[in-house]
Amino acid sequence: MTDTTATAAHFQAHDDHAHHDADHKPGFFARWFMSTNHKDIGTLYLIFAIVAGIIGGGISGLMRAELAAPGIQYLPTWLAMLHGPGTFDEALHLWNVLVTAHGLIMVFFMVMPAMIGGFGNWFVPIMIGAPDMAFPRMNNVSFWLLIPAFTLLLASPFFGGAGTGWTVYAPLSTYGEPGPSVDMGILSLHIAGASSILGAINFITTIFNMRAPGMTLHKMPLFVWSVLVTAFLLLLALPVLAAAITMLLTDRNFGTTFYDPAGGGDPILYQHLFWFFGHPEVYIMILPGFGIVSHIIATFSRKPVFGYLGMAYAMVAIGVVGFIVWAHHMFTTGLDVNTKMYFTAATMVIAVPTGIKIFSWIATMWGGSLTFKTPMVWALGFIFMFTVGGVTGVVLANGGVDNYMHDTYYVVAHFHYVLSLGAVFALFAGFYYWFGKMWGKQYNEFLGHLHFWVFFIGVNLLFFPMHFLGLDGMPRRYPDYPDAFTQYNHLATLGYKVMAAGMVVFFVNVIWSLIAGKKAEDNPWGEGATTLEWTLSSPPPFHQFETLPKID
Amino acid sequence: MAGAKTHDYHILPPSIWPLSGSMAALVMASGGIMWMHEAAHGGAVFLAGVALLLFTFYSWWSDVIREAHAGDHTPVVQLHLRYGMILFIASEVMFFVGWFWAWFDFALFPAPVEVTDGAVSLVQTAGVWPPKGLEVIDPFHLPLLNTLILLCSGTTVTWAHHALLEGDRKGLKTGLWLTILLGLLFSSIQAYEYAHAPFAFKGLNYGAAFYMATGFHGFHVIVGTIFLIVCLIRAYRGDFTPKQHFGFEAAAWYWHFVDVVWLFLFAAVYVWGGWGAPVHG
Repeated sequence: MTDTTATAAHFQAHDDHAHHDADHKPGFFARWFMSTNHKDIGTLYLIFAIVAGIIGGGISGLMRAELAAPGIQYLPTWLAMLHGPGTFDEALHLWNVLVTAHGLIMVFFMVMPAMIGGFGNWFVPIMIGAPDMAFPRMNNVSFWLLIPAFTLLLASPFFGGAGTGWTVYAPLSTYGEPGPSVDMGILSLHIAGASSILGAINFITTIFNMRAPGMTLHKMPLFVWSVLVTAFLLLLALPVLAAAITMLLTDRNFGTTFYDPAGGGDPILYQHLFWFFGHPEVYIMILPGFGIVSHIIATFSRKPVFGYLGMAYAMVAIGVVGFIVWAHHMFTTGLDVNTKMYFTAATMVIAVPTGIKIFSWIATMWGGSLTFKTPMVWALGFIFMFTVGGVTGVVLANGGVDNYMHDTYYVVAHFHYVLSLGAVFALFAGFYYWFGKMWGKQYNEFLGHLHFWVFFIGVNLLFFPMHFLGLDGMPRRYPDYPDAFTQYNHLATLGYKVMAAGMVVFFVNVIWSLIAGKKAEDNPWGEGATTLEWTLSSPPPFHQFETLPKID
Repeated sequence: MAGAKTHDYHILPPSIWPLSGSMAALVMASGGIMWMHEAAHGGAVFLAGVALLLFTFYSWWSDVIREAHAGDHTPVVQLHLRYGMILFIASEVMFFVGWFWAWFDFALFPAPVEVTDGAVSLVQTAGVWPPKGLEVIDPFHLPLLNTLILLCSGTTVTWAHHALLEGDRKGLKTGLWLTILLGLLFSSIQAYEYAHAPFAFKGLNYGAAFYMATGFHGFHVIVGTIFLIVCLIRAYRGDFTPKQHFGFEAAAWYWHFVDVVWLFLFAAVYVWGGWGAPVHG
């Protein structure tokens, strides 16, 4: 990882006159609605992701309330609140709407904007010693396109609601739900996709062209590597989704039969196209987290990360192999045995670079001088939980085993361990790690630890029983279940409440620290923190690196 | 910046165009949904969104051209633009991968359907591709002519480029004029072909995959033609120097990309994908 011995004074315009220019900010409207500043746009993304996270997390609370006991508890009441009284089937449809909204919001409007838009925007330019992104204006349109996308998605429940699941499978999404809601969902995905493609172009160009003199690719911080790989996945995967959902749109509205067997079409084609995007998409959500965790583990072990090049190329390998494993999501669609064998084997290969990363993080800590600040405990939680999710992933990778597990709660447990406990832990780790750097006020260490422990216990109580539910055969996406599953579901709902209490601690910490937090030092973490953001003031000047840093 | 900045990167002032572009996306999407579901004024709302989007494009890229003239496009910023355009074309390639994927799925694993007097029905026998009873467009008439037209336009745009590099402004304009006319000719022939095609867009996968793949290509040809027309106008206004003319190069790259997509369409859709079926007319 990049080691720089230079001090802040080298990189900041520090005579009075120049400092005035570097810190000159536009007025309120121009600054926040017409921004061309990577840090401000990163802040907008983070605020957006937090709002979306509250909505998406609130929806999962509704789902856990409904699932707390067998039988239908609340759905008819909620339907009446939303639309006025409806039939029982319409109440069940509301369940599908909740599942769909939760999935889409968390994937496209919480994790991606926070990881790539938020932390990527804030720290990629700084870490490579650049004054901003390559295309600052396009950077802003990437953010602002999320607003219409999110608006369309949030408005769709008021027009009947899209109950297709985040995968929008045909034929449910074609002649299964003819109302406008699914079209709103599809166009929401189109617009969010355009936002991400433009962002990907911006990040790749920035990382290839704007590294400070001396910063070769092999000296680049691992977070930047992770965003680079992520950006390539976005660039190459999202257009295929755009084509797939455009075919949905024409099947729905213009009489084509891409996915309709009556006209020679093939519903499985949709699944292939969707998962050709969808599998890279899950790496898009986790790779930046890998980068964040690498920095935090190295910082709080006071050691450079173990096997830097192996870490970087493991991410490249995960990205490349991630494009040729998609049909492991489709083991029960009638693939022939040879195809299943290929996709099983290819999927298991991904465990190799992932294992390299896990063991390199452990080796980084080995013999290190460890301090357990809040970001470090979140990063350790990430490694532990992500490994659990990774191991169940290897189980599910088996085409034969998946015949039994497919569409059960075992799958739900698996992907929540890698995302809710993997990606989200990485997000919190990064948020605490860079909190002082971004806002100039340090978070409260006690509340940070409290947040971690409450949240850690909560999410494990929430998701671990789902493994057993799945093994016992409870299917996904149903609002009701037989009495035999009551106990585990009850535990899971209890876990949700604990997790929600943890989130209260988080928001208290954020608000308290922003108002009354201690002023953050330039580098609060000491000599373990070696990347360029720690050479700048906290918060950094409006335009940093007006003289480019030189990397030895 | 008052001399504080000592690097060659382009630090931009705030801009309203990203916000107006995103609002255009919202109006377009809402209008499009209203229109598809036959709500009142849906088409008008959609067109208002399109108008706002086009206004945004015009204003935004006018700013870019102004900044180029102001000298903001240093060599490293020009390199950014090159990377940006190449990556954008890469994403476009993946978009077409989706359409080709659908086409090859249908062609390699034909569904048991056949066409009788324009009506599609399921049959008990194995399917063939193109579906039995379907007449296809003869690839070696108008499509072959269109292939030659596009290939020829690829040479005329290169002619324009070399003329520009040599400082031959007249050659630049002639080359661009020819490229644009060939592009318009291609689009006209494509429109004629659609109007006289023996199969419909609706009801059968052949028509759906054919029209969406060639239709999105046709849309890209129109966008590329507009891009070249903008370059021609700029050439008359005296823009572009032998050393700095990325706007022109981006248009030329885009045009070549559109050209290559057509070659794949011609080979995979018109020739291979229609092989063995009776030819219309």
